[in-house]
Amino acid sequence: MSDNQLTEFIERYLDGSMTAEERVQFELLRKNDAAVESKVTEHVKFIGLLKQYGERLELERRLNAIHDEIDVHALKEEVIIHPVWIVRMWRNHHSKISVAASVLIFAVLSVLIVTGKLSNERSKYEELSQKINSLKTEVGHIGAGGHPSLVKPKIVKTPPANFRGTGFALTSNGYLVTDYHVIKNADSVYVQNAAGESFHAKVIYTEPQYDLAILQINDPTFKNLGPVPYNLKKAESDLGENVYTWGYPGDNVVFSAGSLSSAAGYSNDTTEYQVSLPVNPGNSGGPLLDEKGNVIGIITARQTQMTGASFAKKSAYLLKTIQNIPTDSLSKTLNLNNKNTLAGLSRKQQLKKLKNYVFMVKVYNQ
Amino acid sequence: MNKDLKASAPTDSEIVLGILNNSEIVLKKLYTTYFPMILQLIINNNGDEDDAKDIYQEAIIVLYNKIKGGDFELNSKLKTYIYSVCRRLWLKRLSQMNRYGGDIRDFEEHLPVEEEIDSHSDRDIQFEKMESALQLLGEPCKTIMEDFYIKNRSMQEICERFGYTNADNAKTQKYKCLQRLKKLFFQQK
Repeated sequence: MSDNQLTEFIERYLDGSMTAEERVQFELLRKNDAAVESKVTEHVKFIGLLKQYGERLELERRLNAIHDEIDVHALKEEVIIHPVWIVRMWRNHHSKISVAASVLIFAVLSVLIVTGKLSNERSKYEELSQKINSLKTEVGHIGAGGHPSLVKPKIVKTPPANFRGTGFALTSNGYLVTDYHVIKNADSVYVQNAAGESFHAKVIYTEPQYDLAILQINDPTFKNLGPVPYNLKKAESDLGENVYTWGYPGDNVVFSAGSLSSAAGYSNDTTEYQVSLPVNPGNSGGPLLDEKGNVIGIITARQTQMTGASFAKKSAYLLKTIQNIPTDSLSKTLNLNNKNTLAGLSRKQQLKKLKNYVFMVKVYNQ
Repeated sequence: MNKDLKASAPTDSEIVLGILNNSEIVLKKLYTTYFPMILQLIINNNGDEDDAKDIYQEAIIVLYNKIKGGDFELNSKLKTYIYSVCRRLWLKRLSQMNRYGGDIRDFEEHLPVEEEIDSHSDRDIQFEKMESALQLLGEPCKTIMEDFYIKNRSMQEICERFGYTNADNAKTQKYKCLQRLKKLFFQQK
């Protein structure tokens, strides 16, 4: 029996146009032949799907016809949620608003440029205390020789500092000066000398207006330094003078030299000198000395966009600060040295003498 | 929403009965009653009026088939049901278009309707297959198939329409067409 014949039988069977005899025969065939049976079910399913498909098309056509009668545009206006007035205003007028804003910005910028308010100076002042981000790691020494249990490891521990600067001795009995911004917000302060010994120090007086702070070493292990070799210069120094500083931008003391370039500092600040001298974060609080070994200032800051332009607080303000210290906060006498023993020495010799009086200031805070 | 429409809104059981009885008027009432609600949902969630039409018609078809299928029980309001189906369909469409920002602005309460939508989309896939099979079949087979199986026209009519000289020829032609249609349909993945 061909496929077509079979299909015809199935259709006739389904629509009930078979004679009773044919029907019995066909049912017998269905029972006995699985292929015929599956043909029948498949046919029923397929024609069903075809009919449903037709019904779906018809339903869609009806729905479309209904839809066409609805005034969608008017409805849309009705149901749309209108944004608040400011959004609406922006949508309608954003081009105009943008133009107005650009003109305004342009005008403000040109005024600033013309009046010189936008010169580089203002934003480029950088204080020179150094922030230490990386913690110093513990160094462990484990004895060699295969008997680790017998040899107790010797651990050298350097506590990590959060902040670092430089300071220098004012007297032999442990008074030091540094920058206020170095020790600002400090929980505790340690100073370390060139030999690597650390001493605990206390902030006994600050003068934030001059960016100066007076520290006192109050560590029991501290021994008298011996007479301070430099003195503080009271008068103002002249431009062009050769100057140098000595500080701790890194772990080792660093010397840098230059000359005094202006009697006024950043933004015409007359309490500062401008010096052409390369300094780095960590130099803050270091002494600025002239050729004869007089301390003429304290390094405070540098200008970021000009190489070698740095600032130092004039020594006169240090003297003023020392005078301002209330006597009851001094547990020892603070007698400044008047004798300069550095004068006449070569720079190398001066530095050798200076070495013991310049300290690294380490600041700890939370 | 339009007050007039609300006032003439048919009751839910009226709609169910109307659809079971193939009432064109009830279908129209159903359609016009809830369309504004769905338009509002779609338009305020990144869609336009054409999206609203598509989604709404799909939901009406889901509802229609459910009622016709006889397994529809009114355990929620029709309004909530339609809203939930549309919401689900629209979320699906949005994520297909990568326009879904993870947030939808809702206007009505809604129910979970995932299952119904899944069975609906299964059926849609079958219909799409059928449509493309019919397209591939070409004329005159396509029209013969449609006339005979969908529109229930008699072989006699078809004979006259296509100018077949005798009914046997037409019949043979019809079976050949059906064979090919089945083949095309089942070949598709």
